[in-house]
Amino acid sequence: MGFSLNFAPLAPYWPVFLTGAWLTLKMTTVAIVVGVSIGTLIAFLKRGSNRAISKACSAYIEAVRNTPFLVQIFLLYFGLASLGIHMPTFAAAVLAMIINIAAYAAEIIRAGLESVPKGQIEAAECLGLSRWRIAWHVMLQPSIERVYPALTSQFLLMMQASAMASQISAEELTAIANTVQSDTFRSLETYIVVAFMYLALSILVKLLAWGFGEYLFKRRRIIRRAAMEAARRRPPATPPFQPGVAATAAATGVNTTNTTNGSAS
Amino acid sequence: MIGSFSWGHFFYLVQSIWWTLVLSGLAFILGSIGGFGVMLARISPRRWLWMPTLVYIECIQGIPLLILLFIVYFGLSVYGFALPALVAAGLAMMVYTSAYLGDIWRGCVEAMPRPQWEAAECLSLTRWQTLRLVIIPQAFRLSLPPTVGFLVQVIKMTSLASVIGFIELTRAGQIINNSIFQPFLIFSLVGAFYFVLCYPLSRWSESMENKLNVSNR
Repeated sequence: MGFSLNFAPLAPYWPVFLTGAWLTLKMTTVAIVVGVSIGTLIAFLKRGSNRAISKACSAYIEAVRNTPFLVQIFLLYFGLASLGIHMPTFAAAVLAMIINIAAYAAEIIRAGLESVPKGQIEAAECLGLSRWRIAWHVMLQPSIERVYPALTSQFLLMMQASAMASQISAEELTAIANTVQSDTFRSLETYIVVAFMYLALSILVKLLAWGFGEYLFKRRRIIRRAAMEAARRRPPATPPFQPGVAATAAATGVNTTNTTNGSAS
Repeated sequence: MIGSFSWGHFFYLVQSIWWTLVLSGLAFILGSIGGFGVMLARISPRRWLWMPTLVYIECIQGIPLLILLFIVYFGLSVYGFALPALVAAGLAMMVYTSAYLGDIWRGCVEAMPRPQWEAAECLSLTRWQTLRLVIIPQAFRLSLPPTVGFLVQVIKMTSLASVIGFIELTRAGQIINNSIFQPFLIFSLVGAFYFVLCYPLSRWSESMENKLNVSNR
């Protein structure tokens, strides 16, 4: 009782916090870049004609998606160490994150690949495009564009999951918080500060993902410009009925459900 | 002397599954109640209600559960409430779950076609009646697959409660590992138990999703 929040003792630690945040961001970026590349490969292999490889890919995806990340980290760090494979905590944490996000990304991208109409692939074959060009231009690019929101929310979840790397004492933001709070005995304040830092990081990741999407998907920019042009030319029609709730059109609602589902399951 | 893995250890792990389930159930039930409130507030036409809810959802979704867990656990203890780990973990997970479920359900409610609202208005139903009798029963069917999918997430998230000392499956694995040090075997086994819990739910969610065929409607 008689406790009041006092953030002053934390002031000298701000460079430490920033280092931790930087490491979190670095780990997340490496994991996302490598993980999505591997995930794309796995998504293609799972759809491929080789039955055994496709089975193995599904087994990998299901195994990763149905076990907690914490257990995966422990298995990778302590388990492999007991088998004689030692690695630094940072490598172990990043490896665990790559394994984790590759499985989720594979599942999301596979869903995207499945949504490519068969007729388009056949049309591309008729035009004499090579297999690789079909895979890249006709299948992968449009499907990535379609599942990009789901991928983004998965990246955010990954950034948060990196907090668990503190359990094998990788020196990222949460581990820093644990150290600082045992130095200053200001546990609540420390974690509140760190919570805000994670919030800032997730907004940053969201912005980066959005900017990257804008840069990557040219079609999206063109379509939006065209829509703005059209809106400017004629005055906006007033909707006849405003139930208040359905401010967003039904189409966006469906989209949101899909996105949330993709990140949740 | 370091012993080897015995049936005693195995049954200890099996027993701890119960606590994982208790915590998952607690988090899910409390979180659903909270999430329902969040959903209602989020779709409200009143600005002072939906704006703070949006901020709440965005904030909670931006903070890792681990940090929330620490805030609840340490935060309440400095104010003089010595909480059992189960209550602290349950509270933190309730907050976390309510934000996610609220957002999932909002999406489902907003996915309902607008003529449903208009028809209900023509029948002079009030807003609450429309929600209760028309919208929610239909949205419920749509929301089932993502909700079950999120339940899998909740079960996996309970592993974090091990950090504040609540003895569930992961913590039990750590305890055994500390005594006999066979991490590869033990954590594989722990992972296998989680898989057994989660895989049927994942499959169920997937099959329901295929039946609804949301993406191709």
